[in-house]
Amino acid sequence: MQSNPQLNENGELRHLLSIEGLPRDVLTGILDTAASFVGVTEREVKKVPLLRGKSVFNLFFEPSTRTRTTFEIAAKRLSADVINLNVAVSSQTKGESLLDTVSNLSAMQADLFVVRHGSSGAPYLIAQHVKPHEHVINAGDGRHAHPTQGLLDLYTIRHYKQDFGALRVAIVGDILHSRVARSLIHGLTTLGTPEVRVIGPKTLLPAGVEALGVKVFNDMREGLLGADVVVMLRLQNERMRGALLPSAQEFFKHYGLTAQKLALAKPDAIVMHPGPMNRGVEIDSSVADGPHSVILPQVTFGIAVRMAVMSIVAGN
Amino acid sequence: MKILIRNGRVIDPASGRDAAGDLAIADGRLCEALSGKPDRVIDATGLVVAPGLIDIAARLREPGYEYKATLESEMDAAVAGGVTSLACPPDTDPPLDEPGLVDMLRRRAKVLSRARVYPIGALTVKLAGERLTEMAELAEAGCVAFSQADEPIPDTQVLWRALQYAATFGFPVWLRVEDHWLARGGVAHDGELATRLGLPGIPVFAETVALGVLLELVRATGTRVHLCRLSSAGAVELVRRAKTEGLPISCDVGIHHLHLSDLDLGYFDAHCRLVPPLRSQRDRDALAAGLADGTIDCVCSDHTPVDEDQKQMPFSEAEPGATGLELLLPLVLKWGAQQKLPLATVLARVTSDAARVLGVHSGRLQAGAPADVVVFDPDAAWRVSAEALRSQGKNTPYIGYELGARVRYTLVAGNVVFEQT
Amino acid sequence: MNPLPDAEKLCAQLAAKLKPAVKPSTAMIGLYTGGVWLAERLHATLAIAEPLGTMDIAFYRDDYHQQGLARDPKRTQIPFAVEGRDLLLVDDVLYTGRTVRAAMNELFDYGRPASISLVVLADRGGRELPICAQYCGCTVEVAKGMRLRLLRDDMGKLKLALQDAK
Repeated sequence: MQSNPQLNENGELRHLLSIEGLPRDVLTGILDTAASFVGVTEREVKKVPLLRGKSVFNLFFEPSTRTRTTFEIAAKRLSADVINLNVAVSSQTKGESLLDTVSNLSAMQADLFVVRHGSSGAPYLIAQHVKPHEHVINAGDGRHAHPTQGLLDLYTIRHYKQDFGALRVAIVGDILHSRVARSLIHGLTTLGTPEVRVIGPKTLLPAGVEALGVKVFNDMREGLLGADVVVMLRLQNERMRGALLPSAQEFFKHYGLTAQKLALAKPDAIVMHPGPMNRGVEIDSSVADGPHSVILPQVTFGIAVRMAVMSIVAGN
Repeated sequence: MKILIRNGRVIDPASGRDAAGDLAIADGRLCEALSGKPDRVIDATGLVVAPGLIDIAARLREPGYEYKATLESEMDAAVAGGVTSLACPPDTDPPLDEPGLVDMLRRRAKVLSRARVYPIGALTVKLAGERLTEMAELAEAGCVAFSQADEPIPDTQVLWRALQYAATFGFPVWLRVEDHWLARGGVAHDGELATRLGLPGIPVFAETVALGVLLELVRATGTRVHLCRLSSAGAVELVRRAKTEGLPISCDVGIHHLHLSDLDLGYFDAHCRLVPPLRSQRDRDALAAGLADGTIDCVCSDHTPVDEDQKQMPFSEAEPGATGLELLLPLVLKWGAQQKLPLATVLARVTSDAARVLGVHSGRLQAGAPADVVVFDPDAAWRVSAEALRSQGKNTPYIGYELGARVRYTLVAGNVVFEQT
Repeated sequence: MNPLPDAEKLCAQLAAKLKPAVKPSTAMIGLYTGGVWLAERLHATLAIAEPLGTMDIAFYRDDYHQQGLARDPKRTQIPFAVEGRDLLLVDDVLYTGRTVRAAMNELFDYGRPASISLVVLADRGGRELPICAQYCGCTVEVAKGMRLRLLRDDMGKLKLALQDAK
């Protein structure tokens, strides 16, 4: 099982499980395709017939309204039929194994599984067991990866900054628990970003993170100096309970993004956030709603990116 | 019954013997020569004749986990792997904390007449880490040592008392060193790979902190302690220093940890979900070297049959453990070849050295000793597959691999309990 | 082996044929990639008022399930209202007719045109659908394993060429 499970024998994308391990040309191909889909989302008839007759099953083992909704919109714009399964509530609690759940859905003629799961690696297990015509898209697995988020972040950066080869990107917050951060880091390094920085307290930085190709900062002011892109990560409440952080207030003081701290970045820096935002914890409202923020465009791009991923994967 | 094993390469690590020759067996014991004609002649041309392997950690899953494996299947696996004596940890269901349970296990094993079974008793009641078990009673029922298997004793005062009590009777205590709190929630070695895969990590210092604590308690109590399944270079170094100091400790390493590292997790392969976790290549190399120079006394299989359903789960949800009885011999030979050690030294780590740790007199080819012998072909290769394995546990990272060394005959107390030509 | 017709000459001839049909409200759409080059030339020559539309049919092809999504899709840009419009749809080569069907399907997702007239530089026959060109530069016979394409050099000069279908 050592060959890249995302690619088929012809090196084409059969599943999307992680940005790590994707060749550079596959990545840029997805971004280019997404650009074409942006055009579709801007016209009146926002549908194309590519996935007509195909069934997309949203298999969410972790609750999520926003990601699930964007996948649903994307699938419907490709003319697919969409079935949503909040498995957290249904059969899993009856003790049905992950693979049994998937087999049952397979028997209902699924073509594409969009999977979000709390355990890292769950989509890989599913991908190993689906039928040849079925495809798996990882909508977030544990701390490991959130490839469509990484792709839409890359798309957003490309849209505003064009050339990755000259950028300094800073990612701030709970890197330890963040699948969004890991996916974005892999994407940025694959596309040749010269400086990727991670900024956070030591309790929120994972072991050996430098090996991912990033520069570590514990001081946010130092880390933001001259940055072209600032990506703020969501801080979850549980972190305050688990002896990782004392309080949201202290976190905001040292690692929250305010207009004052943002001034240390380049004057034309863009501010990104995967959402949902905790205003006053990781980001100040004036910045979230300010001229540097591209948080809302991220959401729009997210639909086009997911349309691109689904149509590329389903065609292979 | 009189058996003559002819013309093999006879290796007895305990005495240093490694020469072509014959082995004579009569009335269940080894003897200098046979008087009269043998009832059976085994032709060992081209084969190695050695003491039967002693595996100091093999889970037989009985009592309580019969759906995972049974005594029959696992004893079959043992002798197919050339193992003639094995020690089983106390984490059965119920745990081996009552003399009645120990007695029953020994009787069941004896009736099956395959490998010899040495039960390790529970150190605390229900392995809960709170109350001491009746160690003297358990010893009388046949326990050769006392252990917590993989359960912690978070209360260090209880740990201290348990060591003191065991020392009262001279009982050895076998413990896996891991700080319960530092390891909490972790499923993989805390390092670059776990960060990449997004798996919660168990740092090396979870092992070395607990080891430091335990060594201090050994200094204070003088208890004979055996450290189970070392996993890090740091631990090997601490043991090296403690042995130089003269502390009454011994230690082992699991056979998989000699060869594999966290890189082998690949794309979340749950067959590599083990306890302790597979650590970095540097750690693995230190373990391999530590076993070579004797800092680590012996190697065991840590045989743990796991139902395949429990492995077909996301990595952090999968049940840890790997099957190992049938892989111990080929994998220890592989280690020996990599370390460029003489065959006698290699085999010592699974015979005479293991016997010393276990406190038994077997593991040697001495006239008068019980005839526990393995005859194997060191060059025969075989493919590891579910069909080839006799254990009910088919869970191994080595599925599909080709390994060298095929057991041809296994004898326990002079009886041929396994043969395959 | 007959040499291929001169694309530049055909282009001029097509422009002449089209001239009477061009009204102030007429709009033109070129299909990537050869059709866009041809349309750019015709659009300029005919001085069409409405800006040029460009179309990529990647999302409307009927062979998606066999071939997957095209590697390098371009962006469809229709900078005028399609509703009620007389349209000139431009492609370099007309063959099976599937590209044109896909283009028409895509076009109707932008609005309901008053009319669509197909303009092609070369018709190689081999139709698999009931599609025909209202304005056609020439007919060419092409062997089965070959592909007829329009090329454009660095100077902007147009040329027809035969390539292996692979």
